[in-house]
Amino acid sequence: MSRSDVLVDADWVQARIDAADPKTVIVEVDEDTSAYDKNHIRTAVRIDWKTDLQDPVRRDFVDQEGFEKLLSAKGIANDDTVVLYGGNNNWFAAYAYWYFKLYGHQDVKLLDGGRKKWELDSRDLVAEVPRREATAYKAKPQDGSIRAFRDDVIAAIGSLNLVDVRSPDEFSGKLLAPAHLPQEQSQRPGHVPSARNIPWSKSANDDGTFKSDDELKSLYEAAGVDLAKDTIAYCRIGERSAHTWFVLHELLGQRNVRNYDGSWTEYGSLVGVPIELGADG
Amino acid sequence: MCGAKAGGPDAQAAKPGETTIQGSVTRDGEPVTGYVRLLDSQGEFTAEVPTSATGQFRFYAAEGRWTLRALVPGGTADRTVVAEKGGLAEVAIAV
Repeated sequence: MSRSDVLVDADWVQARIDAADPKTVIVEVDEDTSAYDKNHIRTAVRIDWKTDLQDPVRRDFVDQEGFEKLLSAKGIANDDTVVLYGGNNNWFAAYAYWYFKLYGHQDVKLLDGGRKKWELDSRDLVAEVPRREATAYKAKPQDGSIRAFRDDVIAAIGSLNLVDVRSPDEFSGKLLAPAHLPQEQSQRPGHVPSARNIPWSKSANDDGTFKSDDELKSLYEAAGVDLAKDTIAYCRIGERSAHTWFVLHELLGQRNVRNYDGSWTEYGSLVGVPIELGADG
Repeated sequence: MCGAKAGGPDAQAAKPGETTIQGSVTRDGEPVTGYVRLLDSQGEFTAEVPTSATGQFRFYAAEGRWTLRALVPGGTADRTVVAEKGGLAEVAIAV
């Protein structure tokens, strides 16, 4: 697996659109789920991270059968090449990418820079919604090797790499949520003891594209992450850490990297678990 | 939820006493759509929102010195702002 297998640029996507390639499906997964209604990349279908990817009742995501139904309804086949993109520097596109990998989709890629770079480059966006024939998608059982649960995180304190990808103010306990959102969520601020704070944003350029492999490797090593060890990444609800999971597991090819999707909204509300306050030491 | 709505959080969602930074992005006096990034006093990225159709943005932040970086097709512009605890800081950015 190399960078070019998992990350494509706008010209690559445009060429597939121009060729009307029926086996490439472009999927927008946006944090603002109404963005797609305004406009989107030509031929792109939408996956709603909330209504399509979350369990409607309990806190968990869609199960294997639900994922099969979703992809079948969207007209995505098992042998299709899926290209994901979205706003906010591909946070939710990376989150969806992680789902596709959890359920064993073979060929899935991210559009580097996502919707932001596409817009800043003044590329074509349309309102027309494509029609795709339904498929009979078959998902694999969930791949537990890329998902961490709360007990895994507690067991990893002081032994594995814990990478907290939130902003420095969230990590230190000054804020409970990103600064563009109302303050809400966990009961306690702070971070998991022994976690290193490497905000997801350090892995991306201003236009949302990922930094080079060399820059990324230096970033984690300089922050005290031992790349020879297993790693768990977390944020607030698991989408920014899916972005970092993508960097570590898919771009840098690190083995044994898990995303803790419960993240701080779960950990920061658990009774009795250790919490640290203050900036990264 | 983590949804970043264009323009930032709804005004109705604002809580009294929340430290707020808001404003608009214009080019030649006209609203322009793009993105605004909020950088902390060390220049580190903190948050980003797409601007609304009228070029507006809003962040909830901690008190302190911040940089706003507007990204629009073909240009960027930085503005610094000092947010006071519980206050509202208004920033106009011309690109």
